[in-house]
Amino acid sequence: MASIEIIFKIAGVGILTAVIHTVLKHAGKEEQAYMATLAGVSIVLFWVIQILAELFSEIKTVFKLF
Amino acid sequence: MEIGTVVGLGLIATTLVLVVKKERPEIAVLLSVATGVVVFLLLMDKIAAVVQVFTDLGERAGLNSLYLGIIFKIIGISYLAEFGAQICRDAGEGAIAQKIELAAKIMVLILAIPILMAVLESLLKLLPE
Repeated sequence: MASIEIIFKIAGVGILTAVIHTVLKHAGKEEQAYMATLAGVSIVLFWVIQILAELFSEIKTVFKLF
Repeated sequence: MEIGTVVGLGLIATTLVLVVKKERPEIAVLLSVATGVVVFLLLMDKIAAVVQVFTDLGERAGLNSLYLGIIFKIIGISYLAEFGAQICRDAGEGAIAQKIELAAKIMVLILAIPILMAVLESLLKLLPE
């Protein structure tokens, strides 16, 4: 069962990637800043896909969509 | 006070989206997806109860369970399509949202064909030979 925690987790990762991106960019490491952003987005996408799968299976069972 | 949970969740999520959106718009989109999923999962037990009540009523009225099943499938498809299309539209992709809605309409139409055929059959029975 997905819970409210996941929203805080995603927001935390978002703020963290924003900060890391800014710091790395100011340090002149553009490529690493881009990579950090990409990593953050991938992690969040991973979580979101998991809860989306949960949502789809719940809808399938409730509305008998087979 | 379940409604309090949902409203509070929505307000918190909105604030977090506003914080994240300026720097990382892509994560803001995923955050709103997650919020939608969590709200729906909170409602899931109640929706299941409502569906159960309607199934019981249909059985008591002697309704063909095939038709009721089709109606539930249509509701499920519409909900899912609306969910996806709304997220695409929020992210500024109106074109993709419209394609999702088109697909949902076609699928609903296909599911509705048995009902349409049944109506036509009964009409033909009414017609004099």
